[in-house]
Amino acid sequence: MDLNDTPDLAAYRATVRSWLAASEHEAPAARGDDDAHVAARRAWQRRLAEGGLAAVTWPAEYGGAGLGPLEQVVVNQEIGRAGVPGIFDIIGVGMLGPTLIAHGSEEQKQRHLGPMLTADEVWCQLFSEPAAGSDLAGVQTRAEQSDDGSWRLSGQKVWTTNAQYAAYGLLLARTNADVPKHKGLTMFIVPIDAAGVMVRPLRQVSGEAHFNEVFFDDVRLEPGAEVGPVDGGWGVGMTTLMFERVTIGLGGEGFGWRADRFAHALLDDEACTRDAETRHRFGEIATEFLALRFTGYRMLTSLQRGQIPGAEGALAKVTTIRAAIAAGDLICDVLGPDGLSDERFGELVSDMPGLKSAGGTEEILRNMVGERVLGLPPEPRLDKGIPFSELRAKERADRAVLAGGKPA
Amino acid sequence: MNFALSDEQEFLKEAARGALSRFGTVAAARDALDGAALPDLWPTAVEAGWPGLLVSEDNGGAGLSLLEASLVFEELGRVLASTPLLGHLPASLLLDRAGAGDLVAALAAGATRAAFVPARPPTDLGEGWSADPALGLTRGPAPAYAGGRLSGTVAWVPDAPGAEHFVVVLDDGRAAHVLAADARVEPATIYDVTRALGHVTFEAVPATLLELGAGDTAAAWYVAQALLAAEAVGAIDVALAASVAYAKERHTFGRAIGSYQAVKHELVEMLRGLDNARSLMYYAGWAAQSEPDELALAASAFRLAAGKAFDHAARAQISVHGGIGATWEHDAPLYFRRAQLSRRLLGGTAGAADRVAGELLTTARARNAAAA
Repeated sequence: MDLNDTPDLAAYRATVRSWLAASEHEAPAARGDDDAHVAARRAWQRRLAEGGLAAVTWPAEYGGAGLGPLEQVVVNQEIGRAGVPGIFDIIGVGMLGPTLIAHGSEEQKQRHLGPMLTADEVWCQLFSEPAAGSDLAGVQTRAEQSDDGSWRLSGQKVWTTNAQYAAYGLLLARTNADVPKHKGLTMFIVPIDAAGVMVRPLRQVSGEAHFNEVFFDDVRLEPGAEVGPVDGGWGVGMTTLMFERVTIGLGGEGFGWRADRFAHALLDDEACTRDAETRHRFGEIATEFLALRFTGYRMLTSLQRGQIPGAEGALAKVTTIRAAIAAGDLICDVLGPDGLSDERFGELVSDMPGLKSAGGTEEILRNMVGERVLGLPPEPRLDKGIPFSELRAKERADRAVLAGGKPA
Repeated sequence: MNFALSDEQEFLKEAARGALSRFGTVAAARDALDGAALPDLWPTAVEAGWPGLLVSEDNGGAGLSLLEASLVFEELGRVLASTPLLGHLPASLLLDRAGAGDLVAALAAGATRAAFVPARPPTDLGEGWSADPALGLTRGPAPAYAGGRLSGTVAWVPDAPGAEHFVVVLDDGRAAHVLAADARVEPATIYDVTRALGHVTFEAVPATLLELGAGDTAAAWYVAQALLAAEAVGAIDVALAASVAYAKERHTFGRAIGSYQAVKHELVEMLRGLDNARSLMYYAGWAAQSEPDELALAASAFRLAAGKAFDHAARAQISVHGGIGATWEHDAPLYFRRAQLSRRLLGGTAGAADRVAGELLTTARARNAAAA
């Protein structure tokens, strides 16, 4: 058990710290949502990329620092310590870039990874649909190939962060409806400025629009827009989701969800810090955050030994969201109605119920851990081996029965 | 950075598991509720060097740290083993730090036994040390020292029956050594008979003050918290494995019950509690060794997480097993009894929650003051 830096890591930390000390005067504020702020955040990501701090774990040939997860953690810690924002395009650099590196063609990597890294081109993730979330393989957005190898794309995506800033999206579409649903999907790179793409903001509980809906109306994609094999998109998507869960499960501290920060908030009302119930609730919440921190160190040790993060990371996500919900509730109980409009915590309360479903609902994650880690029998699957087109017909018949009609 | 067990630590665990497997400790725990004698595990503990785990090598101990002791306790907890180590280890730790050479060597060798007569360190809300077991009755005034003599009462002391030496924490946070023969020990074993408890009374008995560093007596309290929590980690692991096996085996309505989300999610919640507790076990072990200022926070968080998770796991094990889980023949009630008693000892898990809050609030206040 050793949390100290090795001499090499300590030297790296010193380099990172001195780079940040020399550059932090260029950093924008952490919060803000106007266009000027976004532009400043993108410029700051470019600076971080120049300093080698934006894509620590990407291979050097694609502009990354070619280092490991420990160095990434050092960078996260030092950015937090310096009190400056991190990169703007976490989804691109953290999840979609690694997916391209794993599955993309050399041409795609050469074309896209550079501008993604510098935030000249922001990316968005186009997976979820109104009828395909937990059951992601049920996506209905269709892509059909023309004789010249180009594709026509139609359908709708939803819960798309950063689509309003994005130049490109990584999109999962159905390319074959006559095979079981996991087998007829393909991953594509889609230019958001292509004719027929429409982005509409989607407001949430807080009133803010952190997400979008994206519509595709007969959008033409050039030949070679697919990432990985045609009809092999499910495996590509799994790579992205693995990076997503690790990012959310290990990223809580980066969002400011930390025991010490909530302790500071409680001090706003010194009387509450002597109240037995408040202390008990806070002790329980803080313990979950502490457990997350040290679970993170355990996962990093595995990563460093070359083990791939598995389903256990899903439990970290469950704990993160539960603890953040409880923390927001506690702080707002202490602050009273004022808390709901407090800029630090009001949004936390409003955003959390929705975030519970991000990266897989709690229920789906518990199924996954139960089956893959504990080896419990899988949920009964009524869709196994059935071609997607038949499945859709079956769904329509089911609905008719439930609505009181007769089966077709 | 490396946050995993070393090969030596894994080996220590395996060796402990192997040594304990020679006894039918779980069946013995059931029989003991009907009055049968428990197997004597002390010779095994002595052979393995457990009594001297936290004693320095200079005094004949293994010179190991809280993490290694926790790993042994995890194995003890798995099989509900009855050993007096929860009292012995913190007591021998303090006597070792106080330089009580010959006695410590005898304790490390297991030739004689000591028990830690605890008091809760002050919190951010109160400066006093408290021997009130928080969730039990206060049976008399806390131990106080005057003119070489010690008087007072402490209830629910782990492993007091059978100990020959007591290390008593005083109402001012100092600690004193007392011969058990001079004290009155009222056996108080209750509900979980694998856990020896006693109410200890001192009536102006001869006592030797220990020369300890600042924070040593508090550290002993947190070591005891962590050891109690480590036992729970092992017990949860067993309860989870038994419940998972049963959920795969038992069928209703043509399906294994583990295929139902209601059951599956409950089992995953057991795993989540176990995993969080294990992470905090490593945190407490790391803090004891590398960041002693954080031991209070780490050990209290560990105690709380493990205690809550054990309580949940012990209940879930009974529910997943249905009616059979609530019968005397099954092991589940034995783990349940262990969980119920453990959560109420040494200040209770609720006390640990309060301590976590208090430690973090104290740190936050100090940072505010430094910034002002």
